[in-house]
Amino acid sequence: MGRYVIRRLLQMIPVFIGATLLIFLMVNVMGDPIAGLCGDRACDPATAAQLEKEFGLDKPVWQQYLIYMGNLFTGDFGTAFNGQPVTELMASAFPVTIRLTIVAILFEIVIGISLGVLTGLKRGRPVDTTVLLLTLVVLSVPTFVTGLLLQLLLGVEWGWIKPAVSSDAPFNELIVPGLVLASVSLAYVTRLTRTSIAENKRADYVRTAVAKGLPRQRVITRHLLRNSLIPVVTFIGADIGALMGGAIVTERIFNIHGVGYQLYQGIVRQNTQTVVGFVTVLVIVFLVANLLVDLLYAVLDPRIRYA
Amino acid sequence: MRGATHAKWAALAVAVALTATACGGGDDGGGGGADGIVSSSWGDPQNPLEPANTNEVQGGKVLSMIFRGLKQYDPKTGEALNMLAENIETTDSTNFTIVVKDGWTFSNGEKVTAKSFVDAWNYGAHLKNNQKNASFFGQIEGYDQVHPESGEATAETMSGLKVVNDTTFTVKLTQKFSTWPETLGYAAFAPLPSTFFSDHDAWLSKPVGNGPYTVDSYAKGSQMELKRWDGYPGNDKAQNGGVTLKVYTDNNTAYTDLTAGNLDLVDDVPASQLKNVQADLGDRYINTPAGIIQTLGFPFYDPAWNKPGQEKLRQGLSMAINRQQITETIFQKTRTPAVDWTSPVLGEEGGFSELCGDFCEYNADEAKKLVAEGGGIPGGTMTISYNADTGSHKEWVDAVCNSINNALGNNRACVGNPIGTFADFRSQVSTQKMKGPFRAGWQMDYPLIQNFLQPLYYTNASSNDGKWSNQDFDRLVNQANAESDTAKAVETFQQAEEVLRDDMGAIPLWYQNGSAGYSERISDVTLNPFSVPVYNEIKVS
Repeated sequence: MGRYVIRRLLQMIPVFIGATLLIFLMVNVMGDPIAGLCGDRACDPATAAQLEKEFGLDKPVWQQYLIYMGNLFTGDFGTAFNGQPVTELMASAFPVTIRLTIVAILFEIVIGISLGVLTGLKRGRPVDTTVLLLTLVVLSVPTFVTGLLLQLLLGVEWGWIKPAVSSDAPFNELIVPGLVLASVSLAYVTRLTRTSIAENKRADYVRTAVAKGLPRQRVITRHLLRNSLIPVVTFIGADIGALMGGAIVTERIFNIHGVGYQLYQGIVRQNTQTVVGFVTVLVIVFLVANLLVDLLYAVLDPRIRYA
Repeated sequence: MRGATHAKWAALAVAVALTATACGGGDDGGGGGADGIVSSSWGDPQNPLEPANTNEVQGGKVLSMIFRGLKQYDPKTGEALNMLAENIETTDSTNFTIVVKDGWTFSNGEKVTAKSFVDAWNYGAHLKNNQKNASFFGQIEGYDQVHPESGEATAETMSGLKVVNDTTFTVKLTQKFSTWPETLGYAAFAPLPSTFFSDHDAWLSKPVGNGPYTVDSYAKGSQMELKRWDGYPGNDKAQNGGVTLKVYTDNNTAYTDLTAGNLDLVDDVPASQLKNVQADLGDRYINTPAGIIQTLGFPFYDPAWNKPGQEKLRQGLSMAINRQQITETIFQKTRTPAVDWTSPVLGEEGGFSELCGDFCEYNADEAKKLVAEGGGIPGGTMTISYNADTGSHKEWVDAVCNSINNALGNNRACVGNPIGTFADFRSQVSTQKMKGPFRAGWQMDYPLIQNFLQPLYYTNASSNDGKWSNQDFDRLVNQANAESDTAKAVETFQQAEEVLRDDMGAIPLWYQNGSAGYSERISDVTLNPFSVPVYNEIKVS
């Protein structure tokens, strides 16, 4: 187990370097970021040169990358164009997005898995068909439509929520945005669980458990559900990273100052330091989440062992 | 054994979740009457909030609340009135003696003296401080030494600035500039307290100025709370208890928040909502001209676009653009068709007049004729470049091209050329990489005709992106700057503008209006000529 974890951690290094290098190159291809800083007028050449030096943009890209990576190991993520250290931006953005992600994941787990179990057990019945249809609708409507609709109905028409989340972004204000963010994945989780449950219902070990005379409740939770969750856990684990990175649309609609917003600003302003910094952290989140998922397999199915 | 390891993982996950959920409470502050707080939409300032480093509207908003300079532009007429200046005297339009009023302090109690200005200006001009508005000090003698075009600065301060005593200082310019005192209302010329220099980081996290408001709290990137400063000595005291500026990720969300009653003021109504704004807000929607003009620039550095006789081509293209129709259908009347190269906010006295005449009127036949006489479009097809990331430029560029194609009866005459980001667009424009016309825009720094002409069209001027150059124009601008009589100066600037018109150095398109919407809670909302809300006059009911 320990060796397995170490091996996985070592594998992360090339992935990490490759991903950051790619992002670095992509942002740099977009042209000269300093030109955008002065608005519709040209920066005076001396100030522009000075700024380039300060942000390290006067060196060749490969050198910029090496310097950036070197600084990264000392915890220095560089400075954003508005003079704030990127770490400060992260400290304000990540907690908000993590909260949003937690809300979304909770929705996925609670609603998604319960609906999946329900429909999986009652395959072909009206409730199954209804939920399938509903998930189909959710899957086919883009997130920004759901988001704007809910914002308009709940926020403006009925006044149940505030259309814009305040800057503190406490949990209670994140419920609707979290639901919007989770909606598509939620539908997938429902469908995944349903298929998995329906398949395993006829497995030998379930029949054995029933034959042993175990109560129905125990058969479902301990035997059927636990084994059926493996693909679902894989999906949710991979989704953590996707949700954090993909929150751009939801965060924009509901005025959430999280990772998506900072990334968007960074891209529009072509701020290499911000974009690369945030993506670097997202890559780490993604890798760690995947590792956690793999380790969780053993909990769900003791037959799986790591060497 | 395995169980223990899992428990650790779980504990870690819980710890992450707990740190993530640490949250504070927020309140809207409030109450009504003179102490009521106005909440207003805001965008994240692009640059650090320093007077000489702020060149966009969002940061400018804050500066307009926490700073007062020597002059202040009248929010209605745009006239430059004395604020902290007791008087500004000159006999030769080059040497100025400035007397600062007594009795002004910064909100931290420090007195505003002549030194507060001189230090601030020297800071703003010095190369090592990376101030994006440094060029505003370019007329002062000694600027070349503190801000050389290349290499290191050779002096710490500008030789043209001298403190005489506590309330008096003198300024020496490198050339005659009669309307120079009127530029001093611009935020870059604001005075700075000594704490700005001694503890710069602390100042940046909570700026201290001398205006009607003080910064109460500033959470970068999300919110700034400004409170009325009761000790403010000026006569434009705040009529409300304070202003909370909230950063919105999207101006659509800000507008939605306004209609839901959670926000008092939106100073940028999104284009997509203009259809509903009348129904949503009625007369609480403001749409007034601002000192912003949009034009089409030409690459005069490209030999294909700089041949003799081509002024007819440019004039023809100008006449092929149906400004009236485009401003009505695409901009829902939030733009006003341009009739000159300045702005209506200057007023007749300031130099606004219908100088462009027929050249700015749509006339397809005449356009066709002139384009043909001017040798036709180089290469048969031209592109109009714009940045596609912000400002929905695509729509109007396509409309302009459509209009040109229709007028010329040639479907291939003009096409739009989108460029991915604003930064990339700007870098291509400023390094002279344009192959055809490109969108250009100008937001005035101060309401002077000089500001609409010299920085944009004077030979090699800082924002002369098309590199248009005309000796007559340059001569007239120099002459106007040397003119001590303001009315005469304006007249001479207009003569220069006529030179610009006859050569059609850029095609004027339209003036941009400031648009704002506000809630029933507040009243007395107006926009100044810079399209920034006049916050101190807003009353809360």
